[in-house]
Amino acid sequence: MGSHALEQLLQEFYRGSKMAAARIISLVERNDPAGREILKQLYSKSGQGYIIGITGPAGSGKSTLTDSLVKLLRQQNRRVGVVAVDPTSPFTGGALLGDRVRMGELSLDSEVFIRSMGTRGNLGGLSWAARDALVVLDAFGCDYLFVETVGAGQSQVDVARVADTVIMVDVPGLGDDIQAAKAGIMEIGDIFVVNKADRGDADKLVRYLQSTLELGQQNDDEWQPPVLKTIAWQGTGVEDVLKGIMAHRRHLEQSGLIVSRRKQRLKEEVILQVERLVQMRLSEGFQSEEVLSRVYCRELDPWTAAKTMINSLSGKKCEARNP
Amino acid sequence: MRKIRVLVAKVGLDGHDRGAKVIARAFRDAGMEVIYTGIRQTPEQVVAAAIQEDVDVVGLSSLSGGHELLFPRVAKLVKEQMGDQVLVIGGGVIPEDEIPALKEAGIAAVFGPGTSLKEIIDFVHTHVNRAS
Repeated sequence: MGSHALEQLLQEFYRGSKMAAARIISLVERNDPAGREILKQLYSKSGQGYIIGITGPAGSGKSTLTDSLVKLLRQQNRRVGVVAVDPTSPFTGGALLGDRVRMGELSLDSEVFIRSMGTRGNLGGLSWAARDALVVLDAFGCDYLFVETVGAGQSQVDVARVADTVIMVDVPGLGDDIQAAKAGIMEIGDIFVVNKADRGDADKLVRYLQSTLELGQQNDDEWQPPVLKTIAWQGTGVEDVLKGIMAHRRHLEQSGLIVSRRKQRLKEEVILQVERLVQMRLSEGFQSEEVLSRVYCRELDPWTAAKTMINSLSGKKCEARNP
Repeated sequence: MRKIRVLVAKVGLDGHDRGAKVIARAFRDAGMEVIYTGIRQTPEQVVAAAIQEDVDVVGLSSLSGGHELLFPRVAKLVKEQMGDQVLVIGGGVIPEDEIPALKEAGIAAVFGPGTSLKEIIDFVHTHVNRAS
């Protein structure tokens, strides 16, 4: 893409063109150098929006809850962006992105932008590009940004590295109190939602979650994650979830935790980007055959070999190119 | 290789979504990213979704009629709002003699019952414009 076309695309973006925003997300997602260039410019305009992560098992109602929450925020005249991630097949590279099925009515709202994305190889519940799409929609002027993970079981905790408030959506019937006490995803929720609360055992799940949460402060702060019941398709209980989000936001802002948490997340993101760059450099033409032979003959151990590789990288200039 | 993004949609009141789901699955297995909208969408909703998803292809499915009005409406809106490069295709139970009018209205291809999935996938691979 030429610099003229790129400039034009940016101008359309700043005029509020959804087509331009969508094309920029595509450029970023497919690792086009133009996408990286645009992102550099947009980054300084981002950071205004408040990011809400929605995670939980497949079929727990993440998209339906998101749909209901967005509708409530629209009543308050907020501009909202949604990035919804579904799994990419590790076998064919294809994906069936079905989160829009629950959000059909929002498509026509001029102040709502919804984008579906495949994980494209990332196993942490989000795609790499989902983070970048959030930056784009943030710069697009969205006051609230939702990021919905793939159906997440136990260890997909990426969303905590992206969102200000993480909502963990659970449903009755999936397991006992041991499941609720396990490490991983249960540790990242700022708000717990028991959806499909009209089903039997919903109160039992609420008790499991509450007793787990009461046992220990999970976060670095005084926030006690609430456990809320919803029937998302009816909108029942969703207002309380929104109130919970706002309360958590106030808590983060008043305690100053929002700054330290965002800084911590950015640190993790920069480290992740370093890892990606290093991986890319290593996979691109690194002459490792000789080193590998030496490791194979037990002349060299893998740790030392890795250090040799890293040292050989640091001498080279890292081009401003997209991984 | 650039990944092809396809929006599969059902417009109008027709709720027969078996065909759309089979096609969506076939596109998925062909390595494409398929955004499925679900049933009972208006042409305006379909195009708004196609824009936000920046798709290369819009695939419409119909069983019980209405396609003669709804398909051209989608094609017109896609052309107006997204330009010529987006491929609009249709399929389902569509009488032979109505196909020329649909093609005239901008539906690049109409696939009837019995069409092999391979034929549809090949058509998409051949006709998707990846210049942009």
